[in-house]
Amino acid sequence: MNNPLRSKRTEWVVTLPGFLWLALFFAIPALIVLAFTFHGHDASGGVGEWSLSTWRELVDPDYPAIVWNTIRISFEVTIWSIVLAVPSAYAIARMNSRWRAVVAGSIMLPFWTSFVVRVFAWKTMLHPDGWLQACYCAWLRTREWLFSWLPAAVQKLLVAIGAASSEPFSEATSTILDSEAAVVLVSVYSFLPFAIMPIYTAAEKFDFSLMEAARDLGAKNFYAFRKIFLPGVRQGVVSAVLMVFIPAIGSYVIPQVLGGTNCVLIGNKIFMRAIQNRNIPHASALAALMAVSVLVPLGMALWWKKRQDARGRRRIQEQSARMGAEGGRAS
Amino acid sequence: MNNDFLVFDHVTKRFGAMTAVNDVSLTVSKGEFFSLLGPSGCGKTTLLRMLGGFERPDSGRIYLEGRDITDLPPNQRRVHTVFQNYALFPTMTVWDNIAFSLKLAKKSKAEIEESVDGILEMIQLSDQAWKYPNQLSGGQKQRVAIARALVDRPQVLLLDEPLAALDLKLRQHMLIELDTIHDQVGITFLYVTHDQGEAMSLSDRIAVINRGKVEQLDGPAKIYEAPASRFVASFIGDTNFFSGEIAAVEGDYCLLDVDGFPQIKAYNDKQLKVGQRVDLSVRPEKIRVTMSPPPPEKGASINVFPSKVRDIVYQGVYTKFWVTAGDLRIQSLKPHSRFLLDQETITWNDDVFVWWHPDDGYMVETTP
Repeated sequence: MNNPLRSKRTEWVVTLPGFLWLALFFAIPALIVLAFTFHGHDASGGVGEWSLSTWRELVDPDYPAIVWNTIRISFEVTIWSIVLAVPSAYAIARMNSRWRAVVAGSIMLPFWTSFVVRVFAWKTMLHPDGWLQACYCAWLRTREWLFSWLPAAVQKLLVAIGAASSEPFSEATSTILDSEAAVVLVSVYSFLPFAIMPIYTAAEKFDFSLMEAARDLGAKNFYAFRKIFLPGVRQGVVSAVLMVFIPAIGSYVIPQVLGGTNCVLIGNKIFMRAIQNRNIPHASALAALMAVSVLVPLGMALWWKKRQDARGRRRIQEQSARMGAEGGRAS
Repeated sequence: MNNDFLVFDHVTKRFGAMTAVNDVSLTVSKGEFFSLLGPSGCGKTTLLRMLGGFERPDSGRIYLEGRDITDLPPNQRRVHTVFQNYALFPTMTVWDNIAFSLKLAKKSKAEIEESVDGILEMIQLSDQAWKYPNQLSGGQKQRVAIARALVDRPQVLLLDEPLAALDLKLRQHMLIELDTIHDQVGITFLYVTHDQGEAMSLSDRIAVINRGKVEQLDGPAKIYEAPASRFVASFIGDTNFFSGEIAAVEGDYCLLDVDGFPQIKAYNDKQLKVGQRVDLSVRPEKIRVTMSPPPPEKGASINVFPSKVRDIVYQGVYTKFWVTAGDLRIQSLKPHSRFLLDQETITWNDDVFVWWHPDDGYMVETTP
């Protein structure tokens, strides 16, 4: 009934604004950034002539370590977020609709406050005079006190395996603020809603009678959760990983405010080069370097996964053919 | 009691103010095909879920082979369920779905392969083993669900309206297949359905359930021919009810005064006395409809009533007649065991006779 040409045209008309938007505000700026990396810079902060000098200046012994730190910390943040988000999403999906609305609303509540303000709020909580830091110190003191009651042999063993420290407790060395831990903690806090939401969306569509079926067939709750629920929401988990990992890679406010001198990420460096050193080409090159460092391994992983899937499909086809042939002989 | 295979002992389950299962006691024998039959919301699924371990009774106990399983979680009962929507794991192949319980039981690889391949052959899906559930047809999914629940030989197989999602032809086919599977494996089947046809054709015994109570527990023929209550009589098949008061008792028979209808003669198997009220159920196929009165050799003792034909539904195997006699509308079913076109034809508004033998009615629901 529909004219294919006509429907094709409609499709174009409908998708064109989106394409234009992406082209104008994503593709072209990205290309401009890439182009800047092949320019020099002048003393007053302008972009200079075409040259490879920027890429040559990028050879800085600090950069590989910073890039690696950024990737490592982003991984940590992603893993913690997923570990917390999956049970949360499961729990929310199992609630009745009224509680579900309340809890899902509360997860979104922090977004009504400015992100930067929330990060500064964390700074006051984690400050040596802040209440969170006080709680942490109280916990450490309690632990040390409990430890002192243990027999000497057990104490030695715990120290040997790294489960306890032989150093006496000191508030000066136990500050959370200005450490990598603070950055990871607040990043997880900030990105957790972005992890919960896609997993929750998948969990809401998940058929929970499958869990009953698994338990009926002899599975314990956790086994059913691992083998049935997790594979059932894996699409949501994949989205959640991207939703957390990508902003974590580019984050600079959190390490800037909470990381002090102990946690400098690529975002901070880019900010420093662009704003403080007024060297736009150098900042662009750092951004490009970071993008390549993430996209190349990701692309390789996707390629590998695709190959595995194709192999799996082939194996299944072969096996089906073999079983079919056997069945044919039997009958 | 411990000699019985599966026992529900005074089991009650409430959901808020609603009593889903009300003091039910049942005993199922080993290897039996046992059905729980009742309208939706009667509590049959709750009974099944309590046996599966998904609900805990408020009072009463459940015993399986002499062991009290009332408080065991589902994964510690050797009782598996075939769910109404099949609940096949969509991320696993047919093979992995079926192997699920065997892997959990930590069976050896060779044992798992032997069992799974064996049962795949039994359900004739060996060539579909590596497909995913969403690549299967409804009937195939159904068979996989049954295989998955049977493969580690549970003590009882629970089937929760397993055929409800299939179309008529497939349902009839699966009915026969289920019967065959039951004969092959010799496992006790507990079958929940609201479809009396399914229950009648498969079961050794049926428990008819209404409002959380067992109304009757008997073999299919007894349930159909000798229903224990008005509810059972009307839920299983079609029937005609005549409500009346005993006017006279003559030996084994009695005369029944029915409002707006002539006096009816009935077999007094409940030994009722004059003045008691009773509902008499007469199945449509027991009632004959003819143009002329029945031949005199049938005796004067049968019930014969002149009536008028109101509706006719021709069904090939039989014809259904709705006639009015007195103030009542009576349903009759005439089977066609002879070539129909040579016989007398009855059409709308014909004056006819309906008649049945007093032995063919059955008294349900008496009040003293």
